[in-house]
Amino acid sequence: MATTERILTDEMTEAIKAFIPRYPSKQAVTLPALHVVNDRLRHVPLQAVVEIAEILELAPAEVQDTLTFYGFFKQDKPHGNVRAWVCRSVSCHLRDADALLEHMCEKAGIRPGETTPDGKLTLEFAECLGACEHAPCMLAGDTLHESVTLEQADAFLESLE
Amino acid sequence: MSEFEPILLANVNAENSHTRSVYESTGGYAALRQVLGQMSKTDLIELVKASGLRGRGGAGFPTGLKWTFLPKDHPGPIYFCLNADESEPGTFNNRILMEEDPHQVIEGLILSCFATNTTTAYFYMRYEYPLAWERVQAAVDECYAAGYLGKNILGSGYDLDIFLHRGAAAYICGEETGLIESLEGKRAWPRIKPPFPAVEGVFHKPTVVNNVETVACVRHIAERGAEWFRSMGVPPDPENPRDPGSFGPKLYCLSGHVEKPGCYEAPLGITVNELIERFGGGVWKGRKAKAAIPGGISMGLLTADEFDCPLDFAGPGRYKCLGLGTAAVVVMDETVSMVDFLLNSSQFFAHESCGQCTPCREGTSWALKMMQRIKAGRGRLIDLDLLLEIGDNIGIIPGTTICGLADGAAWPLKNGIRKFRDEFEDYIRRTNPEGYAETDPVPALEVIGAH
Repeated sequence: MATTERILTDEMTEAIKAFIPRYPSKQAVTLPALHVVNDRLRHVPLQAVVEIAEILELAPAEVQDTLTFYGFFKQDKPHGNVRAWVCRSVSCHLRDADALLEHMCEKAGIRPGETTPDGKLTLEFAECLGACEHAPCMLAGDTLHESVTLEQADAFLESLE
Repeated sequence: MSEFEPILLANVNAENSHTRSVYESTGGYAALRQVLGQMSKTDLIELVKASGLRGRGGAGFPTGLKWTFLPKDHPGPIYFCLNADESEPGTFNNRILMEEDPHQVIEGLILSCFATNTTTAYFYMRYEYPLAWERVQAAVDECYAAGYLGKNILGSGYDLDIFLHRGAAAYICGEETGLIESLEGKRAWPRIKPPFPAVEGVFHKPTVVNNVETVACVRHIAERGAEWFRSMGVPPDPENPRDPGSFGPKLYCLSGHVEKPGCYEAPLGITVNELIERFGGGVWKGRKAKAAIPGGISMGLLTADEFDCPLDFAGPGRYKCLGLGTAAVVVMDETVSMVDFLLNSSQFFAHESCGQCTPCREGTSWALKMMQRIKAGRGRLIDLDLLLEIGDNIGIIPGTTICGLADGAAWPLKNGIRKFRDEFEDYIRRTNPEGYAETDPVPALEVIGAH
């Protein structure tokens, strides 16, 4: 088997280690470590799991167990330049969120959870984004889009780089 | 009640309300100075107990009483977890507090930590709140700079650190022991209780888990006293010896088919009708209401005839709902199909069941499959009884699961089908004229059964 190249940069390793003094157990740094890697690589490949486990003195399986529970961290390939979640829970559903998600999927030519071939967008559904007064809403990266119309959704898709 | 002045939302519309300087210009951190200078931890616990404050996160457990479950004279550490994993569909009051008035939350948190003899607090926030994350982190930084956090706070000898901890989009992390497991770096599988967190919680140590709005209330109780807090709300029901009353102000989240959705503050006990008319500008588009969720999707459903339901801790229970929950009211107008609603609710719970307990994992996913089949025009009348069987047999209340998620999944089924049975039957007969009376087992539908 070929030697696998290390994935975590020194900066990532330091960022992960900086969390250790906050908790009485290194395992508690699992979620912060996954976020550190995901923020930078847009996914957490298996090799990163192995390296996180090394830093936290865990078995890789322990980190992988936690990672897979959340369904939040992609492993096979990075998500797009923008990762957008369209809320489908009740308040948004009542204000036509289903039509919004369907419209956006159709325009972008992908299904929920997929990334456009040009890598600009990963589109997902979300369970309640907690912005029900702005239904239907969408969180794109760190930006909340409120009361999104189909026209606004089109403009958003066109603005992607 | 017209003279009620907002308390928790008093400052949210001020410019830069999220900064320390604006917070302090309206009396912020005065309660902290007052308490740390002259009050004992025991007295603060007694004050919160006397106020009748009940947890705002959904279960409504008396906060002061929860604190007294911590072991006496424990050598420490005792941990405090602030539950900011608000994820109940329809609910966003904690988000508003954290985005617009994070210092109010932090002052309440420091006071709550002081009362419970905690020197480390974990602020567990759901992933989907990036602005709240940024503002709470900035507010915590400001507090360290001002000497409100860290060593020897305001010269009192009391030390406290607050660490933010970010979730990863899982509803179950809002369940207090799910939160604890998640914080420990494990899958967020709720724990069997006892032991309760107060005895053995995070990192095997005594732990307090409280909601964001709950600690915000503590700040005001510390400043204005228990009697003031008890002057708002609903006294205990004399007919119910277990009802400790519903005191204080409450943030109500109003969404769905109203003209003005939003987060509104009122004394506990406002009715659904008052909330919709006084704050929400009525049902939208001049339509009539058909139903409403009284307090987050887990609480069940009220029919439009039941909108006189008072939204205090005991109110929704008298209308065959689970309870007040998160006080998130979602209004549905007369055009809403209850089949669509129940499909949406089933979809949520099937997606968010953590998979640990069989009745919940299987019950929620079978409920979803049946609802998908009904929606697709392949429903049979017997499905309604099967759905009710699931609703009546999953959850803590019949005793089949570890946490309350399955109870929450059950109430929309029970209320939806029992309160709107005719509509479900009509839909099934109309969309499946050939097969609605069938009772044989149905082969799974590949296409629509996929989840």
